[in-house]
Amino acid sequence: MLKTRFWLLFGPLALWMTAFLILPYAQVLVQSFYTVDDFGLLQPGFSLDSYRRFATGPLYYGTLGKTFVLAGAVTLGCLLLSLPLAYYIAFKARRNKTLLYTLIILPLWVSYIVRAYAWKTILGEEGVLNTFLMYVGLTHEPIHLLLYSDVAVFICMVHIYTPFVLMPIYTAFEQIPKSLIEASKDLGAGRWTTFRQVVFPLSLPGIIAGGTFSFVLSLGDFLAPILLGGPNTLFISNIFQNMFGTSNDKPLGSAVGIVLLVVVLLILELSGRAEKRYSSLESA
Amino acid sequence: MQHTSVKKRPAIDWLNGLIGASALAVMTFIYFPMAMVVLYSFNADTVNSFPMRGFSLKWYGTMLQNESLLQSLRISALVAIVGTSLALVIGVMGALAMHKYEFRLKRFFERVVLLPITLPGILTGVAMLSFFPLLGIPISLTAVSIGHTTFLICIVLTQVYARLKRLDPYLEEAAADLGATPWQAFSRVVLPNIRTALISAALLSFTLSLDEIPVTFFLIARDNTLPIEIYTMMRRGITPEVNAISTVIFALSLIALVLTVKYGERETRPIQ
Repeated sequence: MLKTRFWLLFGPLALWMTAFLILPYAQVLVQSFYTVDDFGLLQPGFSLDSYRRFATGPLYYGTLGKTFVLAGAVTLGCLLLSLPLAYYIAFKARRNKTLLYTLIILPLWVSYIVRAYAWKTILGEEGVLNTFLMYVGLTHEPIHLLLYSDVAVFICMVHIYTPFVLMPIYTAFEQIPKSLIEASKDLGAGRWTTFRQVVFPLSLPGIIAGGTFSFVLSLGDFLAPILLGGPNTLFISNIFQNMFGTSNDKPLGSAVGIVLLVVVLLILELSGRAEKRYSSLESA
Repeated sequence: MQHTSVKKRPAIDWLNGLIGASALAVMTFIYFPMAMVVLYSFNADTVNSFPMRGFSLKWYGTMLQNESLLQSLRISALVAIVGTSLALVIGVMGALAMHKYEFRLKRFFERVVLLPITLPGILTGVAMLSFFPLLGIPISLTAVSIGHTTFLICIVLTQVYARLKRLDPYLEEAAADLGATPWQAFSRVVLPNIRTALISAALLSFTLSLDEIPVTFFLIARDNTLPIEIYTMMRRGITPEVNAISTVIFALSLIALVLTVKYGERETRPIQ
């Protein structure tokens, strides 16, 4: 009886997740060991050929490296923007705290595509920024580099992922007991020392969580490069996508996907451990 | 009073000013693009250039006459309704099972349901694209709805599971002691207590489904959802009616957020 009731509740979830999530992921893993023949047809088997091609093709590992650089830069950008704003709302704003916090999470509710479109409007050759610069006389002709470049991809990603970083950092700041900060000041520490020795270490779990969000999300983002990147802008997700589309090389595509998956899981695992380590410092 | 503090500690006020200024700058960076979209949705011109030449509502008119845009909105709503409803049923049942029973695969499934929101959406999308045809599900709106349901289950399950964990376990036992059947205990005791979590999970699921791109991108056939339709319009070039539809979505998002904050605040209140 108990068992029947359990399976009635749990069965649909187990079935759904197995059929529509676990098996599809397993299929990608299996497919990464396949090969393609001269006609582009899948040949089942167990071959490490795709992984070998990934490891020896500069286009593939080079793009992975480039994607890491972009994700790192985006994360750094998001952190640099988030820290002062979160600090201000948590410690400086006396009134309207809830309103300000709502305002920083509101962008999360604005469609990705709308935000990407907004940057296209602003950075375009005849866009708001270029025509503004010409209007005030700073330049005489439009700056071409603004749109369809890695810079545009970077700006758009920082804009999209900053709220994801702001939230955990703000939460971490909020959880710091005000008495600790007062104690630090009573002991004669200046504002900067208090931040460095008390506030910053205690907010590390939030900083790590936020940084992980922005890093992992920008690693897997394929739309910003398509919409705002230049003709040669290629990140690892775009290669992954191309292999299933125009290039029609599913084994290699699957191998790229598995590499990306392993990298993401590794980052999540490492950051989870780091977060725990610093939160245990907090409770100690 | 302020005057004396200025005299005493001028360095700190300078620092405060700097923090305030950078906070304002960041806020401006976050809101500037959205402000531009809203502003230029009222543009009289076709080009989004500075300064704006005149005020007009014509792009809202163009938007309302764009049949494929409206059709994509209907499709998005349909997918979101199907996805949210299915996710609510499967997710709530799954959360109840995980909450009530101990079983070997529990830890495994706790991690599995999180995959679609922790892993890049493109991975999930391509994985589904490769496997769904093997199940006899062609690339179609059905595939899109299944894809959406899969990651929405995760939203519903985690929210409801978290709420159930905070629920007093004696409540259900007390109901059973008083002679309630398991169904009565659920519908009269548990359900009212998780109601706000259900509402906020449903709102969040609906909004996320409306905005979802990576999974939809790979599973869609001919009928575009709204974000995919906007994506297609964007690839063809800047079309100012996107400003108008974006402003409408922005306004709707605002309403959804206000509702969620309202229910979210209730959630933090202690449960009697």
